Amino acid sequence: MEPLTWTGSLGTFLNPIMLWAVYAFFAAFVINLGMSLIGMRQADPIVNPDHTISYQYGPVDYALLVMKYAVFVFLGAFVVHIIGGIVQPSHEARGIIGGLGARFLPVWIALIVSFVLSIRFKRRLGLYGKLFDNLIGMIGFGLAMFWLFTAIFAPMIATHGAIDQVASMRNAVPGSAVSGGDEGLFAYYLLGGDNLGRDVFSRMIFGAREVLTIAPAATLFAFMVGITLGLPAGYMGGRFDTLITFVANLVLAFPVILLFYLLVTPEIVEAGVPVYMAAVLFILPVAFVWVLLYSRYRAQPSIIKWVAVPITLVLLLLYLGTVFQFDPFVWLATSFIGYLNQGNPVADWMATTQGEYEPLIGIPIDGNLLIVFVSVVFVNSPTVFRIVRGLVLDIKTRDYVAAAQTRGEGPWYIMLWEILPNARGPLIVDFCLRIGYTTILLGTLGFFGLGVDPESANWGSTINEGRALLRLYPHPPLPPALALMTLVLGLNLLADGLREESLKD
Amino acid sequence: MGLFILRRLGVMILTALCLTFVVFFLTNLGPNLEKLAKTQGNARMTDAEVVQWLDNRGYSRPLLVRYGEWLGVAPGWTRVAPDGTETGRCVEPGGTIAESPTFCGVFQGDLGYSTVSADEVSNVVGGRLALTGWLMLLAFSVMVPAALIVGILAGMREGSRLDRSLSTFSIASTATPEYVSGVIFIILLASSTSGLSPWLAENGWIDGRTLFLGSARSAMNDITFWNFTLPVITIALYGMGYIARMTRASMAEVMTAQYIRTARLKGVSFRNIVLKHALRNALIAPFTVIMLQIPWLLTGVVIVETLFNYNGFGWTLVEAAGNNDIEMLLTCSVVAVFVVLLTQLISDIGYVYLNPRIRIS
Repeated sequence: MEPLTWTGSLGTFLNPIMLWAVYAFFAAFVINLGMSLIGMRQADPIVNPDHTISYQYGPVDYALLVMKYAVFVFLGAFVVHIIGGIVQPSHEARGIIGGLGARFLPVWIALIVSFVLSIRFKRRLGLYGKLFDNLIGMIGFGLAMFWLFTAIFAPMIATHGAIDQVASMRNAVPGSAVSGGDEGLFAYYLLGGDNLGRDVFSRMIFGAREVLTIAPAATLFAFMVGITLGLPAGYMGGRFDTLITFVANLVLAFPVILLFYLLVTPEIVEAGVPVYMAAVLFILPVAFVWVLLYSRYRAQPSIIKWVAVPITLVLLLLYLGTVFQFDPFVWLATSFIGYLNQGNPVADWMATTQGEYEPLIGIPIDGNLLIVFVSVVFVNSPTVFRIVRGLVLDIKTRDYVAAAQTRGEGPWYIMLWEILPNARGPLIVDFCLRIGYTTILLGTLGFFGLGVDPESANWGSTINEGRALLRLYPHPPLPPALALMTLVLGLNLLADGLREESLKD
Repeated sequence: MGLFILRRLGVMILTALCLTFVVFFLTNLGPNLEKLAKTQGNARMTDAEVVQWLDNRGYSRPLLVRYGEWLGVAPGWTRVAPDGTETGRCVEPGGTIAESPTFCGVFQGDLGYSTVSADEVSNVVGGRLALTGWLMLLAFSVMVPAALIVGILAGMREGSRLDRSLSTFSIASTATPEYVSGVIFIILLASSTSGLSPWLAENGWIDGRTLFLGSARSAMNDITFWNFTLPVITIALYGMGYIARMTRASMAEVMTAQYIRTARLKGVSFRNIVLKHALRNALIAPFTVIMLQIPWLLTGVVIVETLFNYNGFGWTLVEAAGNNDIEMLLTCSVVAVFVVLLTQLISDIGYVYLNPRIRIS
């Protein structure tokens, strides 16, 4: 079978339109640039005698209008392609772009729903709602959510498995028809095949899932660690502050790449370093939640007893199960029953399995992934610490803090319930930025093949794999590269929009 | 000022000691030493042989003592084998203990022996650093002026169309890490089958088959525009956005200051306001950022040197880490750490020097 064309049946009349839109945009851009250089300006508003405002359009304005409409025409043609892809039944008529558009159908639906709902209720949604007053913020939100929904609906979108190989499809060009695979496979490799004959498109989709599970989680942990240490350091100061700041500066002075190369190796995992680091880093969020609840509900023992203590205990069990693979219940049960019934086979079996069981509560996370996660948290948390500390130093001189102090509130209450909520704006903005930065870090790790499974669909490692044959077959590394770029760009634009809107208050 | 620098230097030395100790600790963990023994000696050694091998080479003594030896504050180990040959940290192969120095470490200028390059570390590192120095220098000389121009143009009229487009450009550049932009640049400009090069070559506008060379290996001997452009702009692009945004923020803040308004009301032309009044004050904050950007470039340098096959410092680091070349890795980390700390010091001093409000009080 013939490979698919990029634009399918709609291409015959849409391609010239898109091409002309691009030409018109660049021509107008160059003309506009030239006119600005010789000192021509946009038309100034003219206030008419009846107090209306009108404009006398000059050439600069017309050039700008052309640019604007060229962009609209281009985007419109693109949307028509996607709709065409969803509506038209045959793969040949859809083409590659239409085919991709059709595969992303769940994402389009989810995006439209989330945009419609958010814009409908934006006045009630606080800072999040205000984001929808800002074009940049909306574009960023759209890009970031596009990848989030892609990660969620990955199995529905992907056409093949992430590691399924079809030998005849090695380095196949985009749109190649699958030949020689099992029956019942999707008929085309929409974005071609890589050097092992895997589908580039499906790997990119599953890669989104890998990236978007680790990056936000690691960023969240980095924030918990940074906040738990930064609040007391900024608020109390003194020796504790000096010590923690020194350690933070120490970590910051370490070149990130060197740290990764030292930490993310099988030997380090064998030596148990990730477990020690996780033991220190992961206990801080647990402590954070406990102090958060305790400081607020200190005077209400029933809430402490029925809400705060159970939540903390569950988190503690989760911590023990995840980091140490230790479950006190199973451990106690096995040792106690084993102790009671010494000498029978069941007790013997229990005694032997006591050391090697799967904890009931706990996230099964293998050493390699744990070290990646821990290193990323470790690298990010000092920066968060510094931001939090700076914010606390600023906020602690405010009147409401003094009021709380006069009321006799404890230091932790003031830190967590007076200072932290008031520092949320910059922290939310930094959170968005930092997810993007963490994505880049994870990509760097994948690019150097550190701590990732060689089969992994992670964007960084896919880019690295495609690097060897880059000059001959450019198509395998390009989709993950563009995916990573658009995700990070989306998060940065989102952060920018949030910052602008939060500054307007 | 003197006291300030002295205190900074003290903290710097303490930081350097802590960091090198961490690197020393991590590279000397049990499994790492075992791997070293197996790669250097024999891959099929038994556990007892590994212990023996490490014992013979002084690896089995306490960590702190060995760290002291590496620093050059503790006397190097010596050992007399049963057959009478004398070996030791400071003993040349075939030499004797008596004629060797007692101390040999970083303080004595002895950086040790690289097991991968089979050469003294000090012989290897110098050349590699020089290569990276060129890359960094060129990247900086592209990145800094471009970033400052973009930042100033964007910040001088906040909220204007120019500001919007340049800000979007700088955000996009911070969102494109080196391994993404490098790959895209190679595909677009340095591939003979895709991107612009085939089209340009067909029309006869370029001499070779590609517009730029996708590998910087030949740049190690002879840097040309053809082979070095892509690595340089790849590094410069990622670092640029951040500096540009900082410059924009600083410029925008200065432009709202009282004295700028006064100048405008006096009728000073916009060009003069920007160039003579605003620019100097707006450049204080970016200076700090630019200095602190140098350590960040290191990651970029490692990526770019791997991507473009340029055997500089970053490439050495990757090699050393991959093969657990302990002494080379330690030297690399010392260099990296000193670069970081030195830039911090310079940025602190520079900030104080540039900002009269801090200098005088």
